[in-house]
Amino acid sequence: MSTDRTVYIAGLGVISAIGNNVTEHLEAFKNGHAGMGDITMMDTIHSGKLPVAEVKLSNNELIALTGLTEHNSRTALLSLAAAREALNDAAITNLENLRVGMVSANTVGGMDRSEEFFVEFLKDNNKGKLKNVYDHECGSMTESVADKLGITDFMTTISTACSSSANAIFYGARLIKNDVLDVVIAGGADALTKFTLNGFNTLMILDDAFCKPFDENRKGLNLGEGAGYVVLVSGKVASMLHKPMYCALSGYNNSNDAFHQTASSPDGTGSFMAMQGALKMSGLKPSDISYINLHGTGTPNNDSAEGTAIKRLFDPVYPPMSSTKSFTGHTLGASGGVEAVFSALAIKHKIIYPNLRFETRMNELPFEPEKEFLTNQPVEHVMSNSFGFGGNCTSLIFSAV
Amino acid sequence: MKVYIRSSACISAQNTFGNQPFFQDVVEYTGTRLTTIEPDYKQYIDPKQIRRMSHVIKMGVATAKECLIQGDAEMPGAIITGTAFGCMEDTVTFLTRIIEFQEEMLPPTSFIQSTHNTVAAQIALMLQCHSYNNTFVHKGVSFESALFDAIMLLKEQEADNILVGGTEEMVDTSFKVLTRLGLYKRFPVSNLDLYKTETKGTIGGEGAAFFLLTDKTSHENLAELNGIKTLYKPVDIEASISNFLKENSTDIDDIDLVISGQNGDINYDLPYKKLASTLFKNAAIANYKHLCGEYPTSSAFGLWLAANIIKRGEVPEAVALYKTGTLSPKKILFYNHYQNKYHSLMLVSAI
Repeated sequence: MSTDRTVYIAGLGVISAIGNNVTEHLEAFKNGHAGMGDITMMDTIHSGKLPVAEVKLSNNELIALTGLTEHNSRTALLSLAAAREALNDAAITNLENLRVGMVSANTVGGMDRSEEFFVEFLKDNNKGKLKNVYDHECGSMTESVADKLGITDFMTTISTACSSSANAIFYGARLIKNDVLDVVIAGGADALTKFTLNGFNTLMILDDAFCKPFDENRKGLNLGEGAGYVVLVSGKVASMLHKPMYCALSGYNNSNDAFHQTASSPDGTGSFMAMQGALKMSGLKPSDISYINLHGTGTPNNDSAEGTAIKRLFDPVYPPMSSTKSFTGHTLGASGGVEAVFSALAIKHKIIYPNLRFETRMNELPFEPEKEFLTNQPVEHVMSNSFGFGGNCTSLIFSAV
Repeated sequence: MKVYIRSSACISAQNTFGNQPFFQDVVEYTGTRLTTIEPDYKQYIDPKQIRRMSHVIKMGVATAKECLIQGDAEMPGAIITGTAFGCMEDTVTFLTRIIEFQEEMLPPTSFIQSTHNTVAAQIALMLQCHSYNNTFVHKGVSFESALFDAIMLLKEQEADNILVGGTEEMVDTSFKVLTRLGLYKRFPVSNLDLYKTETKGTIGGEGAAFFLLTDKTSHENLAELNGIKTLYKPVDIEASISNFLKENSTDIDDIDLVISGQNGDINYDLPYKKLASTLFKNAAIANYKHLCGEYPTSSAFGLWLAANIIKRGEVPEAVALYKTGTLSPKKILFYNHYQNKYHSLMLVSAI
């Protein structure tokens, strides 16, 4: 029995508005290509008014790519595309002899299909295609994907709003540390839906231009969609694989802001506690962090609270930081998974991502995000923040191995 | 390390909330849907907030608070909930308005309260609890997932006094859709006759149950939670249960009572019936879904029942005993499956 309790990342998979796989994402970051644009995949009155960051594949193209059916939610389609990429990337040859699980996350399950169902259902409660509502539950997304990947040992689904998949990743790591599983595919997915688009619109936190995270003149977020998964493995499995690991998950913490159902506290209590807790667990000092992948939604409230919490914890020395949501939009329940993939890639390729469209430093902060794509950087420890409705704040720390 | 259930609270279709007699009078319903008996929420929640809260939020918050009161604890070390459908009332309201108002002039409240983590978040907000807060949403094992997380947290020494619960609300829309999907019987039935009809479908239900878990011994603890396991599409459930018992160093003959998740659906009851004549053939068996109805987190009601049977040392007649067993069980095996896909096992014993 190995005494190494470290949990390693052996594989990555991601799909978002800037690419359908890891390679395309690296290319988009290098070229500074943001994924936002007009709404093309949904029939909504907000088309042409609110920019969103859509995955550039239609449902039919995703069905062809994944082998799922037209009755599956777009969330399940995105989830399978990224989870399968991650599992293939990990290239674990003896999976059948290992205890393998899937911990996934999303916020609204099969809402895109339910919206279709509901139009007919509201006219007549005996109408509406049941196949469109059969997989409404969040857990159905995970189940459809796990079935396709042949995972039966363990599966569960987490939903804590925009921190969902960050929580899924560290829950997966704990399952390995507690010797419940050897391999966990962990992350999350969310497709754009009218439900979430209208929901965020009623809160008046959507920018009608491309979002400007951490800018003094930021107006709100752009919704995005996508999926991101990491393959977590035990030290024992890592030693059997004939390839270098991307990194280790060295720290994590889940704290609650306990301030308001949707708004963050002015001093970022929950964010502060999550970052501080993750640092403590990894045994690192703030000055050890090489890069922060910000939650950075671009809303006045989030960026102010997150920035204040960073100031409290890191002052006076700030690592480079950026919000990759300036590329992908806010992918909600997928964002923690998508950004975990970016964090691991930052370590492997020694890169730091730019915060697009940044112009003016926020008045209350003594620091600003990175504007350029940086290469050959000494990226040893990356902190990734994911904060959500309900005060759910989670920080993860990835460390080079 | 041992895991104890320090306290519990439960809102269900029966008189289970607060200090009440243990199933002295069973509430009979005729139909295919059981609704919960509502406590006086004003004792737990600010009346101004009650008006804005959906049923599942009220049930969840009140049950969590009552559980803390019963456990003489003010601040939990973590809050973890499980729900398959989440906040259906607010979800349906917002979805309906999107369609009826054609996406214009929508009020935000129902969207804000529609996220699956609302119950856990509202509990944290009321208690000003900044600790670990998580919500599991995996169909028929949502509650079990939450419970598993709580046990791991205790083992990791990350927290004590962990508040863990399962909640589910049934609204008219979900009842209608689930009826069309064939989950429920096509004719009204008395819940007391649930196991007699030999027909397809069950009766729908809803409810909330919370538990305070600790690794500290106390004579006030309700019971010990020895183990929990979830299984996805098990090939041989009998072998899986035997393995689970073996993992917990328990023999089937040590089990004083099996609480089974039969729900009166002739197809879904087959695995339970088969076990009753094989592995469980000498065991006393109790059912519970005629009391609370079928819903994805009904296992939280099941655990509440198991813990309270052990603490009180009596098996109420209401739980429809198959066979006469010992009257004062010291070890209970809980076995449930949801639509024969997700199976779960829990082992509960006297402290």
